Amino acid sequence: MAMKTYRQAINEAIVGEMRRDADVILMGEDVAGGAGGSGEDDAWGGPLGVTKGLLSEFGPGRVLDTPISEAGFIGAAIGAAASGLRPVVDLMFNDFVGVCFDQVVNQAAKYRYMFGGQDQIPLTIRTMIGAGLSISSQHSQSLYPVFSYFAGLKVLVPSSPYDAKGLLTSAIRDNDPVIFCEHKLLYDMTEDVPDEGYAIPLGEASLLREGGDVTVVALSRMVHVASDAAAILAREGIETDLLDPRTTTPLDTESILESVEATGRLVIVDESGPRCGMASDIAALVAEEGFGDLRAPIVKVTPPHVPIPAAPNLEALYVPDVNRVLDAVRRVVAY
Amino acid sequence: MATQSRTELLAAYRTMATMRAFEERMHIEFAGGGVPGFVHLYAGQEASAAGVCANLTDHDVLLNTHRAHGPAIARGADIFAVAKEIYCRGEGLCRGRGGSAHLHDTKNGLWAANSGVGSGVALGCGAALAARTRGTGGIAVALVGDGAVNQGVVSEGLNLASIWKLPLVVVVENNGYGEATAAGYAIAGGGIARRAEAFDMPGVQVDGSDYFAVFEAAAAAAERARRGKGPSLIEVEVTRFFGHFEGDAQTYRSRDEAERARRERDCLANFRRTVVAEGILDAGELDLVDTDVADLIDRVYAEAEAAPYPPDDELMEFIYADSL
Repeated sequence: MAMKTYRQAINEAIVGEMRRDADVILMGEDVAGGAGGSGEDDAWGGPLGVTKGLLSEFGPGRVLDTPISEAGFIGAAIGAAASGLRPVVDLMFNDFVGVCFDQVVNQAAKYRYMFGGQDQIPLTIRTMIGAGLSISSQHSQSLYPVFSYFAGLKVLVPSSPYDAKGLLTSAIRDNDPVIFCEHKLLYDMTEDVPDEGYAIPLGEASLLREGGDVTVVALSRMVHVASDAAAILAREGIETDLLDPRTTTPLDTESILESVEATGRLVIVDESGPRCGMASDIAALVAEEGFGDLRAPIVKVTPPHVPIPAAPNLEALYVPDVNRVLDAVRRVVAY
Repeated sequence: MATQSRTELLAAYRTMATMRAFEERMHIEFAGGGVPGFVHLYAGQEASAAGVCANLTDHDVLLNTHRAHGPAIARGADIFAVAKEIYCRGEGLCRGRGGSAHLHDTKNGLWAANSGVGSGVALGCGAALAARTRGTGGIAVALVGDGAVNQGVVSEGLNLASIWKLPLVVVVENNGYGEATAAGYAIAGGGIARRAEAFDMPGVQVDGSDYFAVFEAAAAAAERARRGKGPSLIEVEVTRFFGHFEGDAQTYRSRDEAERARRERDCLANFRRTVVAEGILDAGELDLVDTDVADLIDRVYAEAEAAPYPPDDELMEFIYADSL
């Protein structure tokens, strides 16, 4: 056990699984440090800084730099997975799914079902989500609700280094296509992470704080925003159940409903949009299945329905912050 | 032609005759309203799939198109399961989940008939990469139509296959129309085969009414892939005897185009003429094949129509390999 960053935790999960299983291969833009140039290979871990050292250990047969050609290489990864390899493919920013949407949602997601269960697609697509770097709306979205729409995909949204390592390990061992969403503001977050490999089961929410007055469900980086809010609320005498679903497919509906049954109040903090997002989805779940337990209307804390701006002041208005969570919780408690 | 034995040629004729009879019958049954969904018929293009598949082994993968019936038969899928899939029956190749446009049979190396049309080239890159990585000796053949070649994913796949020298053969069946729009209108650069040059791979154009021309081009490309020399592209010029889909009024092509193709560019008639003229096979044994095939097709359709749909309680099966 040692203090490790989210970035190191992800690297360790990939290394561990590549050592464990020769069928695991890595593909993506710059994952081998930029192939074919006049400089050094593997001196750079790609824009995410995550894959450094892998080319040296596993060689170019298993660590493949790709051209900027997402439809081509994600399609190829699906074909390789259908053939029995276990590709871990890097779709650098989740926004870029726009150029390979067909591969992800019509090929990977439907391959098993549409062909009557003849095949499995053990594919992991790693991708960065999240706003906060002033890099505008084609590099900052959180599209996990889009992926969650599609039956056939599994969707993981780790909020910490420990979860990142355990969930990525599970993703690579899983026999279905998994979208692994890494929040770009979490790469430098540190916590104790075991050196050995471990797998966190998919579909198990993590209860980060036990309260009783209100249930706050938060995803990815919003877990930390909600956690800061919960600490302040505790000083006001408001005790929070803080629940991180960790995976949006499968979604641990039971833990959410159980918590709401106890608290009667629900606030969802989600960096995806207000329309057709995870907050809407979870709100609908509780409205349908937990209505009788509610003592106040459900409140969603999400960004507004707008593309993400680059200007820091506008972006700060976009991303949910502690104050918005505090307002929401105080509102449902006072209702 | 010398590269195939008499037995192999008789088998090739049987394959093509089966494909033809299957589609001629499908044309009638679909018009009668008994077939769910919509269907795209392969009649007229038989020499393409037959000539290509005659070069494939059990280790190879053929990526199918949405015009899927003929290639599925040529690749050796069980024709009863093919018909049942088109009828969306529970005993179909894909247990009624895919239908006409998504015939897929993993155990026979038939993959992923695709409605998005061009993706087979990218998926084929992955199959080829896996074959090389795992040392199976297999190759991948991605079958697409002329309508697919302007999709980015096709260019992306050709590029990946070339930079990684993958054992991939891309076969473009050019039937002259992407749905209703003419290939001559839609495709820049002086033709499909020429695009291969830009990706540093051999590109040839062959006459799809000539089984022997297709066979030889596919043999050369497959051999190149097996020797680790990288990908190739083959453009097969074909004419479809029916519309893009059944029910297509075909207002975009002249009334006699398909009729003329049936008279002048029928790969089955051409094959028969050649093998009989050269004394390789005799007309009588080909007639016997035709009789056999007619009987088979009767049985296939009778069984498919009588087969049950998949059970209602199976709706949610096969979404995930590992349960949620």
